[in-house]
Amino acid sequence: MSQFKAHSVLPGFNLALGFTLLYLSLIVLIPLSALFFKTATLGWGGFWEVVTGERVLAALRVTFVTSFAAAVINALFGLIVAWVLVRYRFPGKRIVDALVDLPFALPTAVAGIVLATLYAPNGWLGQHFAAHDIKVAYTPLGIVVALTFIGLPFVVRTVQPVLADVEAEVEEAAASLGAGRWDVFRRVIFPAIYPALLTGFALAFARAIGEYGSVIFIAGNMPYISEIAPLLIVAKLEQYDYAGATAIAVAMLLISFALLLSINALQWWSSRRGGR
Amino acid sequence: MSIAKLNNQATLCRRISTCESSGVTLLLITVALSYLVLFLGLPLLAVFVEAFSKGWALYWAALQEPDAWSAIQLTLIAAAISVPANLVFGVAAAWAIAKFEFKGKSLLITLIDLPFAVSPVVSGLVFVLLFGAQGWFGPWLQAHDIKLIFAVPGIVLATIFVTFPFIARELIPLMQAQGKEEEEAAVSLGASGWQTFHRVTLPIIAPGVVAAALFAFAVSFDQFVISYFLAPPGVSTLPVEIYAAIRKGFTPEVNAVSAALVTLAIKSLVEWQARRSGEPLHGAH
Amino acid sequence: MSITIENLNKSFGAYKALDNINLEVNSGELLALLGPSGCGKTSLLRIIGGMELADTGKLLFHGEDVRQRDARERNVGFVFQHYALFRHMTVFENVAFGLRVKPKKERHSEAEIKRRVHELLSLVQLDFLHDRYPAQLSGGQRQRIALARALAVEPKILLLDEPFGALDAQVRKELRRWLRRLHDELHITSIFVTHDQEEALEVADRVVVMNKGRIEQVGTPDEVYAAPATPFVYQFIGNVNLFHSRDHAPWTEHHGDAVAYVRPHDIDISVLPQDDTALPVEVKLVRAIGSVVRVEVAADDSSELIEIELSRERFDAAPLANGDRVFIRPRQFRVFETGEQHEFSAT
Repeated sequence: MSQFKAHSVLPGFNLALGFTLLYLSLIVLIPLSALFFKTATLGWGGFWEVVTGERVLAALRVTFVTSFAAAVINALFGLIVAWVLVRYRFPGKRIVDALVDLPFALPTAVAGIVLATLYAPNGWLGQHFAAHDIKVAYTPLGIVVALTFIGLPFVVRTVQPVLADVEAEVEEAAASLGAGRWDVFRRVIFPAIYPALLTGFALAFARAIGEYGSVIFIAGNMPYISEIAPLLIVAKLEQYDYAGATAIAVAMLLISFALLLSINALQWWSSRRGGR
Repeated sequence: MSIAKLNNQATLCRRISTCESSGVTLLLITVALSYLVLFLGLPLLAVFVEAFSKGWALYWAALQEPDAWSAIQLTLIAAAISVPANLVFGVAAAWAIAKFEFKGKSLLITLIDLPFAVSPVVSGLVFVLLFGAQGWFGPWLQAHDIKLIFAVPGIVLATIFVTFPFIARELIPLMQAQGKEEEEAAVSLGASGWQTFHRVTLPIIAPGVVAAALFAFAVSFDQFVISYFLAPPGVSTLPVEIYAAIRKGFTPEVNAVSAALVTLAIKSLVEWQARRSGEPLHGAH
Repeated sequence: MSITIENLNKSFGAYKALDNINLEVNSGELLALLGPSGCGKTSLLRIIGGMELADTGKLLFHGEDVRQRDARERNVGFVFQHYALFRHMTVFENVAFGLRVKPKKERHSEAEIKRRVHELLSLVQLDFLHDRYPAQLSGGQRQRIALARALAVEPKILLLDEPFGALDAQVRKELRRWLRRLHDELHITSIFVTHDQEEALEVADRVVVMNKGRIEQVGTPDEVYAAPATPFVYQFIGNVNLFHSRDHAPWTEHHGDAVAYVRPHDIDISVLPQDDTALPVEVKLVRAIGSVVRVEVAADDSSELIEIELSRERFDAAPLANGDRVFIRPRQFRVFETGEQHEFSAT
C-alpha cells in the first residue's frame, strides 16, 4: 500500500520514468538550480531586500495579476470557442480551428508590435476605445490583451477533445429526466470537462507569467504601473547585477511553481473524483 | 419550422433534446468568433496588410537579404534538433504518466509545465549562468575550446528548453484516452516491452506524434529573446532579425519576414489540424 | 494444465477484493467464475493471468509456482472484456501478432504463420474477414477474433473476461454454445468470468460462485443449482422462496430463528391439507409461461407472495383460478439459521 507505483503488467515504466527524470533534470532542473545558487550569493537578507523592493513588488503584482486576468478571460472564452468548434457547424470552421494555434507560432515580438499598433489610440481598434476614453495600449489593460493572445490556444486545445468525448447518451439521459439545457450543461457536461478546463487554465496562466516579447511592446513599461517582472530582470542584467536578476527570477519561479502545483493537484483530485 | 431548420443547419447534434435553441447557438458562435477575430484575426490581418503595403517586390527583396537567409537557416537547424529530442522525451514522459499510476505524478507534471512559466529572459540568463565565461561550465568549455553560448549549440539548447513541455503535454491526454487494454493484450500474447511499444502503442499514437512534432516545430520558430541573448554577434535567427529590425522602426521589411514566418507556421498548423482531426485510420469504435 | 490457488488475498487500499481464496482447477476443464459485479471474479482472473499481483497466497500451474513469472511467460491466453483488438491491424495481423513477436529462434516461417492464422480463422469461422479492420466487425465477430488471437500462441490456459458481456441476447446464446463445442474440441483448461447464471450453468463443467471476495460454493452446474451451499447461492442462482420458520414453516421442525429456502418447483399444491404442517394460502395470480405455469399465492396473514412453478401437465390435472383457497407444502427445502442471513443481504 505504501508502494511507490501500482502494479501493472505493462513494461518499460522504469526506463520511461528514468529517462523522463534524466532529461527533465538536464534540461530543466539543473539549469534552473543555477538560478538558486547564484541567488544564494546574496544571502537570505539580500534576497529578501531585492524581492521586497517596492518596484519589484509592483512588477511582480503586475505580472501575476495580468496573467491571472488573461487566464480567466481565456478560460471563459476558450471554453465557448471549444464548445462552438465541437458542437456547431458553420462556414470556415476548419480554418478557424487551425488558426487557434497561431499564437504558439507567431513570433511574440511581432504579436506585441501588431497588438500595440492595433490598440494604440490611433490604431484600428484603439481609436474606438479612445473615443470612450479607454486607453488599452501602454497600460496594464494592454498587457492583459497581449497575454490573452498568447495564451488563447491552451484552453481551447485542452477542452476540445474532452468535450468531444462526452457521451451523447449521458446528455440525452439528463434531458429525458427533465433537465433543461442549462442544467444539462451545469450538472452533466461541465463536471466532465472541468479537469481539462483547469489544465488549460494552468497552462495559459503559466505561459502568461513567462511571456516577455509581446508584452514589452504593448505595456508602455512604466515603473509601478505597467512594468512586468521579466523587464526588471533585464534592467538588472544591463547593470550587470546578476545576483539581483536571479533573485527576482527565483521569486517568480517559486510563485509560479506553487501556483501550478496547486492547480495540477486540484486537477488530479477532481479528475480522480470524476473517474476521469 | 424555422427553428428546427436552423438547428439542422447550424449544429452537429443528433437529437433536438440535446440541442440549444437556435438563438443560443447563434449567440455562442458570435461570441466565439468575435473573440477570435478581436484577439487573432485582426492582428494577423494587420501583419499581412503591412507586409504587402509596398507591393510584392519589396517583399521578395526583404526575403532575399543574406541576413534573413542565414537567420532562416539557423531557425530551421534549431527546430530540426530540438523537435526530435523533445519528441523522444515527450513519448517517454507520456508513457510513464499515462499508462502507470505512481506517487508524485502531479509534481512531475508540474515540473514539465514549469518552462512555460519561465520567462525567456530568465532562461537566457540561466544559460549564461551555466555556460558563460563566469558560469559553472564556462571555464571547462573554454579549456576544451567548445563554444556553446553565443553559438549554434546554445541556441539549440535554449530552443529545447522552451519547447520542452509542448510535445509531452500534447501526448499525455492522447495516451490516456487510448487506455491500456491493447498493451495488456500484447503482453499476454508474449510480446516483449519493445515489441509492445513499437507494434501496438506507436502505430496507434503515430498520428498524434506527427501532429505534436509539427506543432513543436511551429513553436520553435518563436524564440527571439533567447536567441537574442545567446546568438553570436554574426549569427542570428529569424526572430532576432525581426527584433533588430523592429528596434530600427516598424518597416515593411519586418512585416515581410513575419509574414513569411506566419505563412510557414500556418501551413504546419493546418497540416497538424488535419492530422489530429483525421483520427487514426481505423477508429476503435 | 491444472491450476492450484491457495490462500490468495488481494486488497485495493482498504477494499478487500479477494479474501482467502482456495481453488483447484482441473486440467482441461471449463470453469466459470460466477458472481455479482464487484465480487472479485475479474480480479481473480487477472491474477491468474498475471495482469495483477496477489498480496499473499500461492498460485501454481501444474504444481509449479508462477507468481514470479510475468504475464508474457505464463503461456496464458487472455480474452479481454472489450476484446482489446489492435485497431490498426487487420484481422489477420491481429491473430498473427502472438506468432510474430516470438523470439527469433522460436518464430515460424512466414508461410507457417500464414497457414496457422488461416487455420485459426477457419476454426472461428471467420476466414473470409481476414483483411478487415476491427472497426468493421460486429461485436460477435470481434469476440471470435479475440479468441482466435489468444489461441494462436497455443496457450496452456485460456482466460476469458465476461466473454459475452457486450453482445446481444441472440448472438450471446449462439456464441456460448459455440464456445462449449470449441472447448470440447481443444480441451484447453479454460476459466471464464460471468455474472450471468444461465451462461455459467449452460457452458461450464464446474461453477465457482463468488460473493464479496469469497468463494461461496464450487460445484457442477447441477450441484450449485440443486444443492446450494449458502443462502447467497440459493438466491443468486435460480428463483427461491423464503419462509421464516416461526410463522410459515412448521414443516422445517426448526425451533430457532431460521429461514427455509424453497425452489418454486419444489412446492406441492393441493385442495386438502397434505398434513398438519401444510400452509393454507390463497391463489393470487396464475400465469402460463411456455411449458410451465407460474402460480403466486399468499398466506392468510401475510402479504408476501410465494412463487410456485407447476408443469403444464400437472396444472391441467388440477386447474387453479385466482381466489382459490389451497394448501401448500414443500417437497424439498433447506434451512439456514438467521445468523447466516446477513450473507446475502447484498443481493
